[in-house]
Amino acid sequence: MKGKAGIRRWLLQNLGFATAVLLFIVLFATYNVLHPRGFSSAVAIQNSNETVAIAFVAMAQTLPVLLGGLDLSVGAVMTLTNCVASELLYGSPAQILLGVLLTLMTGAAFGLMNGCIVVYGRIQPIIATLATGAIAIGLALLIRPKPGGKVDDDLSWALTNSVYDLADTYGFADGGNAWWLRPFADIPVPVILVLLVAFVVWVPFRRSVTGRTVYAIGSAEGAAYMSGLPIHRAKIAAFTLGGFLAACGGLYLAIQTSSGNADIQQAGAYTLNSIAAVVLGGTSLLGGVGGAIGSLFGAMILRVISFYFRILDIDPLLQPLIEGVVLLLAVSFGAFRTLRVKNQLDLFR
Amino acid sequence: MRLSVAPENRPIVIASLFIAAILAAGTAYTLSTTGTTPLLSPNYLLQQLQTGAFLGICAAGMMMVILLGQIDLSVPWTLTAAAMTATAVGGDMAVPTALAVGLAVGLLNGFGVAYLRIPSMIFTLGVDTMLRGLMVAQTGGFAPQDTATPLMLFLAKDRILGIPVAIFVWAAVSLVIALILTRTGFGRSIYATGSREGAAYLSGIRTKWVIVGAFVTSSLCAAIAGVLLTGYSAKAYQGMGNAFLLPAIAAVVLGGTHILGGRGRYAGTLVGVILIVLLNSVLSIMQMPEAGRQIIYGAVIIGMLLVYGRNQQVTS
Repeated sequence: MKGKAGIRRWLLQNLGFATAVLLFIVLFATYNVLHPRGFSSAVAIQNSNETVAIAFVAMAQTLPVLLGGLDLSVGAVMTLTNCVASELLYGSPAQILLGVLLTLMTGAAFGLMNGCIVVYGRIQPIIATLATGAIAIGLALLIRPKPGGKVDDDLSWALTNSVYDLADTYGFADGGNAWWLRPFADIPVPVILVLLVAFVVWVPFRRSVTGRTVYAIGSAEGAAYMSGLPIHRAKIAAFTLGGFLAACGGLYLAIQTSSGNADIQQAGAYTLNSIAAVVLGGTSLLGGVGGAIGSLFGAMILRVISFYFRILDIDPLLQPLIEGVVLLLAVSFGAFRTLRVKNQLDLFR
Repeated sequence: MRLSVAPENRPIVIASLFIAAILAAGTAYTLSTTGTTPLLSPNYLLQQLQTGAFLGICAAGMMMVILLGQIDLSVPWTLTAAAMTATAVGGDMAVPTALAVGLAVGLLNGFGVAYLRIPSMIFTLGVDTMLRGLMVAQTGGFAPQDTATPLMLFLAKDRILGIPVAIFVWAAVSLVIALILTRTGFGRSIYATGSREGAAYLSGIRTKWVIVGAFVTSSLCAAIAGVLLTGYSAKAYQGMGNAFLLPAIAAVVLGGTHILGGRGRYAGTLVGVILIVLLNSVLSIMQMPEAGRQIIYGAVIIGMLLVYGRNQQVTS
């Protein structure tokens, strides 16, 4: 369908995204080559487990950024839902399912509140979410003053391992030995979960009128308004979806660690890392350009860089410094834009 | 008779009224429990201002950057790096070293934002991470000197005429910032650049220099706060600046400065800092658990902004 020109145009329009994907593939492949047990299921499972939470939070951050705003509460909402999940994920299968739904709804409801404050309160997103982030942490501390909690062991095991273990735990597909499951048996479940959310939630949203309106608002809110697009609905939907995605991260963190932890520092770190991941993934902080899939790759790049420290013989004390320098260099590539600008005024947007 | 207040002063008036309300509520609480009014004693208020000085100085610098429509997320580790490097050098050179670190970080931030044109949100975040890495690498393996020098102790803890020296430092920084903003070309350039950089550029303002200047001011303020905080806690330690970033932004915005730049008065930032400091203090007197404090803190910011911080609706 797409000719050569079509591919070229796609590349020009999605340069940031394409760079992120390429960078991730190169980094991850090199990592596996260097790793003594590279390209094995065990390594993939471990890596993916450590990436899921930040990947979801980065996807959550993408939506407010596309609007031209910023959500400083994503880490806090993830922490809140993490604590909610640590209270609810045990008992009969029906109870667990209800717990999962309630956790996701908590996040979505919090996002809805953010959206309503931004739309009807007309407060800048960055400052509104700074405040609601404090509220989310407060609620998390109410639910779980001390770290701890109880999560169903089967669920915790099945969702943090390979597809084989999932089938084995719940006894379907002949306990994971069925012939049709073989090709997929080594895939880590967390990878499937992230892809599922990305393609069942994000992609349809992006293609809907509401999703396109989010991009339009980020590009030019006035123009979007004059074109009759549903601005209020799109903003509220974007924040609600952001809350939902953050809740996915919190839910997974609870399943992975079998506990909840209302840690303010951790919430702040997740928020800041999510911004870095969004930028690395090719989404513009000015709004209107990018997407959640890019942020997914941005988050993976951030994580892979830290994986390198395990296999390379680098002084652990230098790790934070190298992480910082790599982040700074990566975002500095955006400066190439300034070299191409012919008119100084084009810089001031 | 209806009181008329200029729109730019409304946040300041309302926030001041809210400070009075906090003090009244706190006093009512202490009257009902112990029958005394410690909150209204000058000593208590001076002590609050003394601990508020660190936040106040950070917020003063942050305001310069926010007036440009930018943000400085590197404040926590600029503060820490300045303090830790200063104590490691020690002696008479400690305070100049801290200021030099602040200047260097400010120049780096300014260069990234003004010349490389990377959004300040992400560039200062990267600088913050890098500074943290530098400090971890510096203190790793061996323990550098981390005790406060006598000058730092004097600045943070001593009193002149019964008033803590830290308050004088805060007042001096405030005076300088207020004079810059209202009486100098640089100050007016900040407002102009924050309103619309393109227009400021076409009017002959060297907007890049203005941006660098604002970031340098912010980092210098963070360094000064680091010096004071080291004196106050008698030593410099990792993570000492973490508690100042979000409250500083909140204080600036509560004081009526627009987060997208171009509007705001320094008096508002002062009132915003005092509001946050007193709110925290009264909540801890009431023995409110951390959970309740966070919720009230968030609700107050939202509530105050709903009263006076609302944007124009987009209609065209």
